[in-house]
Amino acid sequence: MTEQEYRKPIPHPSPETEFFWRKAGQHELWIQRCIDCGEPFFYPRLHCPDPGCMSDRIEWFRASGRGTLYTYMINHRPAPGFEADAPYAIAVIQLEEGPRMMGNIVGIENTPENLALDMPLKVTFTDATDDIAIPNWEPA
Amino acid sequence: MSLRYKTAIVGAAETSQLGVIPDMSETQLHVDAAINAMRDAGIDASQIDGISATMNPATLAHYLGIVPDWVDNTSVGGTSFLIHMRHAAAAIASGLATTVLCCMGQSGRSRVGVSAPRIGTAAGPSGPSYDVSYPGQFESIYGPLGPTTLFGMGVLRYMKETGTTIEQLASVAVAQRRWSSKVPRAMFRQLVTVEEVLASRMICYPYRLFMCCPVTDGGGAFILTSAERVDDYPTKPVYILGSGEAVETPVVSQMYDMTSSAAFKASSSKAFAEAGVTHADIDHVQIYDAFVHLPIYGLEDLGFVGRGEAGAFIEEGNTSPGGRLPLNTNGGGLSYTHTGMYGMFAMQESVRQVRGEAAHQVEGVRTSFCQGVGGMFMAAGSLIFTNEAPHG
Ligand SMILES: [Zn+2]
Repeated sequence: MTEQEYRKPIPHPSPETEFFWRKAGQHELWIQRCIDCGEPFFYPRLHCPDPGCMSDRIEWFRASGRGTLYTYMINHRPAPGFEADAPYAIAVIQLEEGPRMMGNIVGIENTPENLALDMPLKVTFTDATDDIAIPNWEPA
Repeated sequence: MSLRYKTAIVGAAETSQLGVIPDMSETQLHVDAAINAMRDAGIDASQIDGISATMNPATLAHYLGIVPDWVDNTSVGGTSFLIHMRHAAAAIASGLATTVLCCMGQSGRSRVGVSAPRIGTAAGPSGPSYDVSYPGQFESIYGPLGPTTLFGMGVLRYMKETGTTIEQLASVAVAQRRWSSKVPRAMFRQLVTVEEVLASRMICYPYRLFMCCPVTDGGGAFILTSAERVDDYPTKPVYILGSGEAVETPVVSQMYDMTSSAAFKASSSKAFAEAGVTHADIDHVQIYDAFVHLPIYGLEDLGFVGRGEAGAFIEEGNTSPGGRLPLNTNGGGLSYTHTGMYGMFAMQESVRQVRGEAAHQVEGVRTSFCQGVGGMFMAAGSLIFTNEAPHG
């Protein structure tokens, strides 16, 4: 990370997500799992999203940080703060543990030729502020 | 309770103008369409006892000088108006209302009298930066810019899983221009080829300009009443034969399956079951199309074709003029108009086709299936219309 100011949107944690962002700030990807039915899930919640379970016995665990490129679009009209990146991919990553999450792809030019679906990716973190880091993905 | 043949549309109209309307506020667009629909039905506002809209119904009630005792303000995106019609049908069938005005107006392009941010506005550093919602925390940070950069997020996955080609996706826009070419009120009427679609400006890969809808101004309204009262009106009645609604998720990347809409399946199957008809009984289809993948997902999730077959079905001309399943015959959101919440316009074309008064009329339409989407596969509404009288 350079000393340049981070101009992209910065997440504002809510009580449910504070732990996720604290760990991301330490460059670790943590997600949740239901203790009763065992299912991992994302985004952070206070209870199991399986409608037949609804357990509030939830635990955080450190994800492997490995995933695959599930799908993406390449945006040619940059959002504020993304001007220098355009065109850039907005991607959905299939985590090894099961849930999907959105991310940008770094360390490789974002072209359709470079971005094959199901290619292996690994998490990397981009520092945004002293406390906040953004999970992103690079070819594994 | 089934809503089959309980209600009929006796008034239908769009705003007097369509496309770019800089001299009307969003409220006035609602009222313009509402008055046109009341005139179509041969009634005045004093006969309206129910109002539905995504804007505050009280604003419209007072503007029209009435005190309706039934309202619906369900707001789940552009399919809300189909859901309003379903709720209004239920209200009429149960005696809560007799004559409902279902209306819609949107200054999507000119932004006159609008409080909501323009579609495509980023939640950037100067935007709603304390958005603690899921999209605010886990999506806006990656640089999306409205539906153009998110709605098609599942398309590459869909293409890989089904073998659907980019040419087949482009053929959706081609087919719909064949329809809009004879629709004077359509925004875009010039025929295009697959090659021209694929040569248009890249907006958000894999989507190019002609694969995305425009943003326009306009509105529409219906007068819905009991099927027993249709003889009191001068118009050809259009009966509601079946209806459905469903919601899934406001976040496209968290859909249960990004290559298929659970809400489309739930909503459309309910409508078919209520109507008691099969796909073979449907003469005409409208599927809300903000982007070219929507008719493809729609044809499959509604069950008109099998998984992975929709692209070839459209490419081969089955949904074009002369094809066996006329689809989006006003040109759809892609070519006719798209104010941001297009569902009202999809229904208006279904009703025109069933009445036999569409600009690009399909011969012999008796039934029309109209499928709406709200948000980005967030919500769905389905209605089946017919011009055949009950026990007829
Ligand atoms: Zn559980």
